[in-house]
Amino acid sequence: MDAINWHSFFFLMCALVACTFAIAVVIASNIVRMACYLVISLAAVAGLFFLAGADFLGAAQLMVYVGGTMVLLVFGVMLTARGPFVSMKTGPAQWLVALMAAGALLFVLVQASFSIPAWAGPLASQPQPATLPATAEQLGYGLLGVRADQLDQRDAVARGGLSGYLLPFEIISVHLVVVLVGAAYLARAKRRVTKLSTNTAGSHKP
Amino acid sequence: MNPLVAPIGLSHYLVVGSILFVCGVLCMATKRNVLGVLMGIELVLNGANLNFIAFGSPMLRADQSNSIGLDGQMIALFVIVLAAAEAAVALAIALNYYHTHATVDVDQANELKG
Amino acid sequence: MAEFLAQYVPSWLAYTAVGLVQAALCLVVALASAAVFIWLERKVSARIQDRLGPTRVGGRFGWLQPPADGIKLLCKEDIIPAAADAPLYRIAPYISFCAVFAVFLALPFASGWVALDLNAGAFFVLAVAGLEVFGVILGGYASGSKWSLYGAMRAAAQVISYEIPLALCVVVPVLITGSMNLVEIGDSQKGWFTSWYLFHDPFTFVTFWVYVTCVTASTNRAPFDLPEAESELVAGFLTEYSGWRWVVFFMAEYAAMFVVSGFGAVLFLGGWNGPIPLASLLGLTPENHAILGWLGNLLGMANFITKAVLGVVFMIWLRWTLPRLRIDQVMTTCLKYCVPIASAMLAGVMIWTYLFPKGVIDGVRHSAPVVQQASAQPQSGDHR
Repeated sequence: MDAINWHSFFFLMCALVACTFAIAVVIASNIVRMACYLVISLAAVAGLFFLAGADFLGAAQLMVYVGGTMVLLVFGVMLTARGPFVSMKTGPAQWLVALMAAGALLFVLVQASFSIPAWAGPLASQPQPATLPATAEQLGYGLLGVRADQLDQRDAVARGGLSGYLLPFEIISVHLVVVLVGAAYLARAKRRVTKLSTNTAGSHKP
Repeated sequence: MNPLVAPIGLSHYLVVGSILFVCGVLCMATKRNVLGVLMGIELVLNGANLNFIAFGSPMLRADQSNSIGLDGQMIALFVIVLAAAEAAVALAIALNYYHTHATVDVDQANELKG
Repeated sequence: MAEFLAQYVPSWLAYTAVGLVQAALCLVVALASAAVFIWLERKVSARIQDRLGPTRVGGRFGWLQPPADGIKLLCKEDIIPAAADAPLYRIAPYISFCAVFAVFLALPFASGWVALDLNAGAFFVLAVAGLEVFGVILGGYASGSKWSLYGAMRAAAQVISYEIPLALCVVVPVLITGSMNLVEIGDSQKGWFTSWYLFHDPFTFVTFWVYVTCVTASTNRAPFDLPEAESELVAGFLTEYSGWRWVVFFMAEYAAMFVVSGFGAVLFLGGWNGPIPLASLLGLTPENHAILGWLGNLLGMANFITKAVLGVVFMIWLRWTLPRLRIDQVMTTCLKYCVPIASAMLAGVMIWTYLFPKGVIDGVRHSAPVVQQASAQPQSGDHR
């Protein structure tokens, strides 16, 4: 009892929460409850990111997924819900097929993740770093095209593949702008052209 | 083995990732609601992201030389951004579909069926 | 602290105890700030309306009013409407409060006095503070009432929209410091008030006021309190809530006010570095002695809390002075004014820090020869 591995302890806590609420998302039939469970699950995944030493990614997960996407999702749920609490049922036959397929998939994946001995974890005797290196700065340099974590790479061939992520970053920026415009265009309120506005609009066609 | 004392390894993260992934796939397969399917996709992406983070983590294996390092976090970052964009577009489409058909049931979306 | 304790007790006990103590300290600050601000709101609003406010409870100044309020509310019946989605309705206030409480973990109270010294602290605070609205949306939706749903929809639209200019404003001090660590941001404004980022350059000055607007909106305070607009929506998302759950929502709101004021103080007002560097003038620095440094930090903490409380008073003052905006005006303020202004200020600060990398006063002195050279060169070209 003397040497609790705190990393393991918090990992188990976050992992349990994440998995439990992920399963709850599947089981729940009320769509808003699903969204709520999903938020809790994703927040726990953010906790796992923090534990794995990716603090910036954890905060990004909280901000983008849990904060942005989920509120967006709840928003969508409310806009499209007709009854007060929409729920959609799935037939038992479909459940059976889905569960069998999912069980097989899970079996294969778990089998695969335990099959390689090198992945089992660090040795218990291996010293763990007391503090993890800060990742935000390196990520920023990486997005600008400089791999700050690989500067001591001596192999010329390997260095060629480590040219940073400037181009993907630019592409994804443009992609985001396109998506923003596109989503706003798709979801815009469609106004019927009234007589008044056609009169005032003059020669404009509706 | 006492899970509280033994160090956590890559495999454990992968198991959590695969559970999230399978839950997401189940969600996509069984939900009749567009938004339910969308939530399934988010779960799948998160499962994959967890794997990227775990493979890039500096402390989950005995031999650090095989770690993909910062690349894992970088790819996870791109996945998060793309997922947000994808959710926005999917929601816009769902809203549009709701405006024209007054439902978000994926089974009803069969007008283009040959 | 934990290492010190671990010499005497088993290490797992030491770490648990230290963790619990830190969490309890943050919780106490959150709860105490909520109680004090409820009292402050009553007094300030009374002064603005030419009244006295509470005077009798607890002797002078009515300082026992918050506990009296609390006891009154605790005694009320906890009603769950028949149409409500009971589990979500129950947990919604706690989601709000937990989100705000989590921000306290990353908020530094003095140099190095932070429960969770995150490298991406500013980003974390932004992310977690944005989660508060999730409880509001859930509560509004799960109440099963039209008023609540309207409030929730407004909260969602408003808070998501205002997150964009808010993030743009927070990027400005991060950009100047070159770090997202809140302790580093605070420490880099060491010295007199001239080194505060508020007075760093004209752009940061404007940015600060955009920040004030955005946080007022994102904490749902008047003039942006559309989600609970009493004159239109009964009480918005709070309509069906009563008793303890209502209290929790209110504590979340007041604690969130403290959080955003403190966050603003760290980002723009020097955090624990006062208008006058009292601690270093008195020699209370860790270089002299560890205990002296600790005392200096204590002074810094008092300084920080004063700034945060002043920020809250400012928000209360705003609430009782300005009329409520319409929802379309709220969105216009955000999308047509705050976002463009914040973007322009961000660009301006980038150019400014590029031209004057050492700040205004040092920067002008430093870059003066460069400017002279630059202006001299075209002239020489003309002569040729």
